[in-house]
Amino acid sequence: MKAEEYQERKVEVLGWPVNLTSYRLGEVFHCKADNVSPGAALARTTGATREEAEKKALERAEQLLGRTHVRVV
Amino acid sequence: MANYSHPETLVSTDWVAQHASDPKTRIVEVDVDTKAYDEGHVPGALGWAWNSQLCDTVRRDILPKAQFEELMASSGISNDTAVVIYGDNNNWFAAWALWQMKMYGHKDVRLMNGGRKKWLAEGRELSKDVPKPSRANYKATGPDNTLRAFLPEVQAALSARNQGMVDVRSPQEFTGEILAPPGLPETCQRGGHIPGARNIPWGKACNDDGTFKSADELRSLYGAEGIDGSKPVIAYCRIGERSSHTWFVLKYLLGYDNVTNYDGSWTEWGNLVGAPVEKGAVASAKA
Repeated sequence: MKAEEYQERKVEVLGWPVNLTSYRLGEVFHCKADNVSPGAALARTTGATREEAEKKALERAEQLLGRTHVRVV
Repeated sequence: MANYSHPETLVSTDWVAQHASDPKTRIVEVDVDTKAYDEGHVPGALGWAWNSQLCDTVRRDILPKAQFEELMASSGISNDTAVVIYGDNNNWFAAWALWQMKMYGHKDVRLMNGGRKKWLAEGRELSKDVPKPSRANYKATGPDNTLRAFLPEVQAALSARNQGMVDVRSPQEFTGEILAPPGLPETCQRGGHIPGARNIPWGKACNDDGTFKSADELRSLYGAEGIDGSKPVIAYCRIGERSSHTWFVLKYLLGYDNVTNYDGSWTEWGNLVGAPVEKGAVASAKA
């Protein structure tokens, strides 16, 4: 088994940069969303297609990022 | 390898592909996301969970010595085994594991340059099989607390202003705009940074493919903020894993002798009653 069709792309979610990494393992597409600068994992999802896996990851990322409270300093 | 001071602490994905089944070598995956290993890993690699196997699960601390010895023995690791650790997020918790292994005196422990990301991107073989190694004998030394900074040492360094302090979190965590990486739970009462700290986010030490930048690039990166090995350095982040990555860079890739990881980090400092906190950005060390 190998990761095939490996791809990384950056998107913005609620103003935060998000890195989407996706690839196929066998018949299943896997996607990981992380917040680019600190690099912490936000979501790990699977789907029958890349689009489905990415959509799930982005939905979860949006839920989590929506909880981030930005303060004025 | 890229003129590093201790190139023996780093191996390439090619090296791992060729040596993963060597009897005196053990490959271990340590991820932030502990489900990543189950998805597929380097054939023959063990998986250690940072949040249950690499820390004291009762009090906040590194793995107690007896439990560390048990983890090594049950992983088939002897004192003379070459251990290669890799993981996601460009080896965050792989570096954390390496830091603990160094504290307990393991001589030959290395990181796989580029970590899990590079292995996947290169389309290398993955396995879901979990190895069952024969039990080994293991005797730890230490812990070597010269590799670790505790709160009193950080407070003393702050008072004396005689050490470099590197905050490796993101700029917005450093300024105090956010209290944790975006999307993660806030684990402190106050935002900001330890007064006098320089903000050099951990990720700046890495190339896009997850590998470490060259020694010249790293020397320039840290030197621009006054971190040049001429005085002791304390690295910190939120809980100590990102800073163990920077600790590895400063100690083994650049060869700075006196570098400690303050694993109490902002989760400790940002909750302390009366601790001095600086907010906002700071001027460049060059200014």
